[in-house]
Amino acid sequence: MKYMLMMNTPRGTGDYQISQWPKEAFKAHIDFMHRLNKDLHAAGELVGGEGLTPPGQAKLVRAGKNGAPVVTDGPFPEAKEFLAGYWIVDVDTPERAYEIAGRASMAPGGDGKPLNMVLEVRAVMAAPPPFDG
Amino acid sequence: MMPTEDLLRTLAPQVLGAVARRFGDFSAAEDAVQEALFAAAQRWPEYGVPDDPRAWLIHVASRRMTDWLRSDIARRRREAAVAVDDSVEPAAPEQDDTLTLLFMCCHPALTPSSAIALTLRAVGGLTTAEIAHAFVVPEATMAQRISRAKEKIRASGEPFRLPTPEERQQRLRAVLHVIYLIFNEGYASSVGETLQRRDLANEAIRLTRALRAAIPDDGEIAGLLALMLLTDARRLARTGPDNELIPLAEQNRALWDERAIAEGVALISDTLPKGSVGPYQLQAAIAAVHDEAESAADTDWPQILALYDLLRRMSVNPMVELNHAIAVAMVHGPASGLALLDSLDGLSGHYRLDAVRAHLLEMAGSREAAIDHYVRAAAGTTSIPERNYLTTRAARLRSSPRPD
Repeated sequence: MKYMLMMNTPRGTGDYQISQWPKEAFKAHIDFMHRLNKDLHAAGELVGGEGLTPPGQAKLVRAGKNGAPVVTDGPFPEAKEFLAGYWIVDVDTPERAYEIAGRASMAPGGDGKPLNMVLEVRAVMAAPPPFDG
Repeated sequence: MMPTEDLLRTLAPQVLGAVARRFGDFSAAEDAVQEALFAAAQRWPEYGVPDDPRAWLIHVASRRMTDWLRSDIARRRREAAVAVDDSVEPAAPEQDDTLTLLFMCCHPALTPSSAIALTLRAVGGLTTAEIAHAFVVPEATMAQRISRAKEKIRASGEPFRLPTPEERQQRLRAVLHVIYLIFNEGYASSVGETLQRRDLANEAIRLTRALRAAIPDDGEIAGLLALMLLTDARRLARTGPDNELIPLAEQNRALWDERAIAEGVALISDTLPKGSVGPYQLQAAIAAVHDEAESAADTDWPQILALYDLLRRMSVNPMVELNHAIAVAMVHGPASGLALLDSLDGLSGHYRLDAVRAHLLEMAGSREAAIDHYVRAAAGTTSIPERNYLTTRAARLRSSPRPD
């Protein structure tokens, strides 16, 4: 079963808070994420994952006349939080996906303590079950 | 499948068995055989297949093993005899190690996804890239999954031999379950997916045939093979031109594979009277009743209901209970089926319960309630084709004339 683990951060000023952190705290955070990714890969569970650029660099796009894209620059005051990054994992049980999300939630913050951030876990749509009848 | 590829997949378990037994190291032998298979896949189409392809592969894989052992010894800088067990001759061509390999790959220490991956590679002879493609994960991820599975087997210290007769039955159940899961992966994804995934269903059938050749008198192996043949026979009829799901009752039965049905029916008819009936045999028998009906209306539902009653006594499985409720509805009317659904514990909130309830409500003419449950079921499934099917079902009812 594949799950997407979404790491949301408060919108704030349009920059990530992480850019204000002391050097050691920043490094500890990055090291934590590297270790997590390495472990997921070693377990044969990591399908993919990326960190995203800050909300300040985001664009909102919708189709205008004749389908030409109309682009609005971020950040967007109406958005309460913003997707900062995601993982897609392929695991045997939903509990395992929650376990991974729980670990990611523990990533250290600017004061070196766990951020305890909320991760949104969503099952990826798949093929139908077999054996009808 | 290319002729070379076909031959290599057939030879893979034989070669691995011979090399693993000779060197006493399943994990390393598995890597060596993969390299030999790769070399053959490169070489044979151009230079021709050697006179004894099996011996060629064993030779290449063994040379690889010897190289590794030598470099391992050199690295440790100590004198040691190469750990080849010369007392064991390579397997004679007629000796089949498929069974030992299957037991090894479906080791109880492994998670289902690891056991599936390892079985497809070590017994099925598929490459890591093919398996990764089939499960839509990166090749590096699949390689890690397989290598970790082998580490676990190595850590378990299990020698390369058949489990003891006492362990045999329980381990065999695990093997059958892994093959069943491989079939599900392939069969379930025949909707809007790639050929490579469909190949998994064929692979599961091939593995079960090999297993049956090794243990011809086991009723559940025969039952699983029959179940897969009888289910797979409906593959072409199961989806429409836009890959939409078509339920059993609405399938064009002319598209069913008559040969597969004949083989499955013969197999299960031959197996059932021999006693020691198990869940796979009963599921196969149910599939056979469906497949033998000329039309959906001709289906022998009392027979199916009787089989579900037997199946319920054998295993506690909420999905069996659901299917049983459908059979009850088909025999005694939708009200009886719906009453049974109300008493089902452990499934509340599951979309399959909503889906079945919706069908039975539709049968009973409760239009609004049926629409409501179709919509709920559509919101609960993680399958896109199924969501589309349930949503379409709800929409069709909404636009149908209101019954008086």
